[in-house]
Amino acid sequence: MIINHPLLGPRDSSEFVYLGDACLINRPDWQADDALEQFIEYGHTRDNPAGLHRELWYHEQGDRSWLVVTRNTVTHEITQVELARDVARAEGRSK
Amino acid sequence: MSQKNRLDGGLIDRSEAWSFRFDSQYYKGHKGDTLASALLANGVRLMGRSFKYHRPRGPMTAGSEEPNAIVELREGARKEPNTRATTIELYDGLRANSQNRWPSLTFDAMAVNDLLSNFFAAGFYYKTFMWPAAFWEKVYEPIIRRAAGLGSLSLQDDPDGYDKGFLHCDLLIIGGGPAGLAAALTAGESGARVILCDEDFLVGGRLNLETYAVGGMSGAAWAAETVARLQAMPNVRVMPRTTVIGAFDHGVYGAVERVSDHLAVPEDGKPRQILWRITSKRALLCAGATERPIVFENNDRPGIMQASAVRAYANRWATTPAKQVAIFTNNDDGHRTASDLVARGVEVVSVIDTRAEAPTSSDYDVVAGGVIDQTWGRLGLSQIEVKMPKGGIRRIKCGALGVSGGWNPNVHLTCHQGGRPVWNEALAAFVPSATLPPGMTVAGAANGVFSTHGALQSGADGAKAILADLGIKASAPALPEAEDTPVKITPFWHVKTAKRAWVDQQNDVTAKDIKLAHQENYVSVEHLKRYTTLGMATDQGKTSNIAGLAIMAEVAGKAIPQVGTTMFRPPYTPTAMGVFAGRAWGMEVRPTRLTPSHNWAKEQGAVFTEAGLWLRAQWYPKPGETHWRESCDREVMQTRKSVGICDVTSLGKIDVQGADAAGFLNKVYCNGMAKLPVGKVRYGLMLREDGIVMDDGTAARLAEDHFVVTTTTAKAVPVYRHLEFVRQCLYPDMDVQLISTTEAWAQFSVAGPKSRKLLEKIVDDGMDLSNEAFPFMACAEITICGGLRARLFRISFSGELAYEIAVPTRYGDALVRRLMQAGEEFDVVPYGLEALNVMRIEKGHVTGNELNGTTTALNLGMGRMVSKAKDSIGSKLSERPGLNEPDSLKLVGLKPVNPDHKVPAGAHLMTKGDKVTASNDQGYVTSACYSPNLGCHIALGFLKSGDTRIGETIRLVSPLTGVDHEVEVVSPHFFDPEGERLRA
Repeated sequence: MIINHPLLGPRDSSEFVYLGDACLINRPDWQADDALEQFIEYGHTRDNPAGLHRELWYHEQGDRSWLVVTRNTVTHEITQVELARDVARAEGRSK
Repeated sequence: MSQKNRLDGGLIDRSEAWSFRFDSQYYKGHKGDTLASALLANGVRLMGRSFKYHRPRGPMTAGSEEPNAIVELREGARKEPNTRATTIELYDGLRANSQNRWPSLTFDAMAVNDLLSNFFAAGFYYKTFMWPAAFWEKVYEPIIRRAAGLGSLSLQDDPDGYDKGFLHCDLLIIGGGPAGLAAALTAGESGARVILCDEDFLVGGRLNLETYAVGGMSGAAWAAETVARLQAMPNVRVMPRTTVIGAFDHGVYGAVERVSDHLAVPEDGKPRQILWRITSKRALLCAGATERPIVFENNDRPGIMQASAVRAYANRWATTPAKQVAIFTNNDDGHRTASDLVARGVEVVSVIDTRAEAPTSSDYDVVAGGVIDQTWGRLGLSQIEVKMPKGGIRRIKCGALGVSGGWNPNVHLTCHQGGRPVWNEALAAFVPSATLPPGMTVAGAANGVFSTHGALQSGADGAKAILADLGIKASAPALPEAEDTPVKITPFWHVKTAKRAWVDQQNDVTAKDIKLAHQENYVSVEHLKRYTTLGMATDQGKTSNIAGLAIMAEVAGKAIPQVGTTMFRPPYTPTAMGVFAGRAWGMEVRPTRLTPSHNWAKEQGAVFTEAGLWLRAQWYPKPGETHWRESCDREVMQTRKSVGICDVTSLGKIDVQGADAAGFLNKVYCNGMAKLPVGKVRYGLMLREDGIVMDDGTAARLAEDHFVVTTTTAKAVPVYRHLEFVRQCLYPDMDVQLISTTEAWAQFSVAGPKSRKLLEKIVDDGMDLSNEAFPFMACAEITICGGLRARLFRISFSGELAYEIAVPTRYGDALVRRLMQAGEEFDVVPYGLEALNVMRIEKGHVTGNELNGTTTALNLGMGRMVSKAKDSIGSKLSERPGLNEPDSLKLVGLKPVNPDHKVPAGAHLMTKGDKVTASNDQGYVTSACYSPNLGCHIALGFLKSGDTRIGETIRLVSPLTGVDHEVEVVSPHFFDPEGERLRA
């Protein structure tokens, strides 16, 4: 597989380490009333789509950036690659 | 022996006669021969025994689709079982042996299986060896394994090298027949970067096997001329002997180049094979087609072959399997073989055509509307029996029978990404579907275009379309004139009256097996395949799948496309394991990392062990010490008495800098880090988000905005990855930067009551190491040895007054030598990993054995470290009720009641009086050693409610090793529990 790194261009997937669903960016608020339930959901529940999947890849043999890769799990076609930091900011994460 | 079946002409080099040996017999052959062609030329048709029934078998094909003629090639460590005689390139001195026979190929005792064939039908193993269950492993399987199976392994290390390489191109062309060559010319002349791979050693595909003229010359001459033109183009790489084995994601293809397989031994410094990873923008599959058999009674005798293989042997290799040849066909292509053979001077005794409207010939006899009813010949075909169209039978003597059931496009690579071929009624064959691997198109016979003209044209057109797609202006080389014969076929799959008719010859699957599977309700083609093993041999059913499907369709009363087809998966042809390993072999599997003191430790005679990727000194034997324990005990005692030195560079070091560095560490450690003063070190526990401990280590604050974090050796990489995840994905606006500095600093532990005195000798003037000025858990950036920058941490893993000192890596070797020299007066000792481990167990410090991916802070007795006053990774889920049961496992120390007993790691703990069952399990031992300070074996382990059971005597069991004795539960802090020594 080839991942088109937004800064470094097309790279072989062997340079990367896979983590999983990009929903891991949405870490719950630890002070919410139902924080434990939210964390259980966050930690353990995943969708398993046949189709588009947003997932986290780490460029370990490269610039050490975390990427959000949108991949079709049926065809392995990759339609979008973003810096995870940009995605996290867009989703309202800060400090 | 003379080459009695050698004809004139052919593409072999007769200038030398090469000698080779098959079993005990020597033969002669020529450069350009394969093992199969050379054996046929010498009159040898019998080359192997079948898998299950040990039936005599000879080559059925002239290529890589061969199911039968598989042999053990070479001898000794280079022996390679299950190698296809039809693709082995002959070399002088070649040695091969037949396999799956005993005592000899012509007399095989296991052929008795053939007489028992009624019992060995599909599902025989499933049905027969069911009971008793215990018999399967001990009795049935060993017997079956000895009786079945094919070649044998040498059981020696492979002496040859294998390489891996990367290639990039605009267009990868798979197959160098007429379509592939026309495509390569078109793309090559347009300036595109082209790679042309062909599995054969002679590129040209069927152009080398046919007699048709191409552009006024022989097909082989045109192919040779074209290959020479392509090789002269700098943008084209022609790769013969290279099989594209798989189509992978995003235009990546795997290819195996057999660099040295045509030689007795690889040339000096050359690999045997290379695994290429080819990244292509586009690929054009020009893999050709394979002729398929017709299934009839006893259709597996040596001498019964694909008709196209018979003519390939005659045209290219100037050999024939016999002087008299018959042909059995359902299409016009079978007649081409007959006329080619006649032209070569081989007698064609009859052409049996299943079609009533068969073409006639003045050169040979044609039986229109006939079928083959039976064949004879124990070790090779001698006679066929033809059922005549108007009734009656005719017996014909012949030594070979060419069978043509039509042609199947080689669609295999189109299926590697999930594509399913579709049925083409006119060709009576499966052709590639529209769902191809992205970037792939198909041309020539692989796409169902069977004439030479059609293949040339579709190859050129395919290349043009690809070039246009890539924005490259296509030149249009003139294509040569070539034949354009239409396909004329009336499908005929099998002779229905046959009783023993082979469909899959490599796995010995008969037409009867397929009918039986259907009777037993295996209606899905995937189930049929697994139940009968049809198409599951090393040839992946290249010649057999379609006949199997056709028979299944017939018994099910369906059309072939309704039955469907099974998948083809990589690799296209069997591939040596060695080429996948490449150079990753033995110690080269992973990189080896050496510590900065490695050379020095080697000089001291240290024994090394692998820790992660590192080689670390395990102990330093002294003259007279014969057992590692002697060295280890001495190192421990001497360190605790005076001072010891240990290289701890392999522990991970992460530099954390930025205005938010403290806040960041507060998130990743479960205990508080924000208020750690500058100049201090704190122990920290990192949790996974699920509340399980990830790693432990220290954080040293060198400045307000600068920390140095340590990890365990094993977790250095995953912890760094995790910290980057937290930084980039969870807190993207934190002002914090991370860099791994594990290998930038050489770090040594200096431990023991004399450690302060030793260090005072090397720190520069003005550095006060007194307990008041530099207390336990202090840190500082200092200079030593007259200006060398260093970092000093007063931390202790051993439980002694101890320091860790770090200097830039290039000074590590000098520092250890200086420390040893300066320490001489204090009786300094280097200690290895074993002594380090003993001291930390004596002290009750945890490592990877305790942080084993199942344990929580609570289990480790550090539950209160998880701060409730702040958010940190894992803090919330560590509150899960399941992790906080009242009888949770707790870290304890264990001492044997009988001081002579060991307390082995991995042993389990049971309450005294309980039966030894899994449900009574009370915990387990994680770390164990002999403590020279306590004079007995000790251990750390986890015990249910262990913190409340100190003093209890419990039972230690290890049913695997026969251990069963009593141990006492004690505090994990065996040595200096108050910590007076480390604060001294």
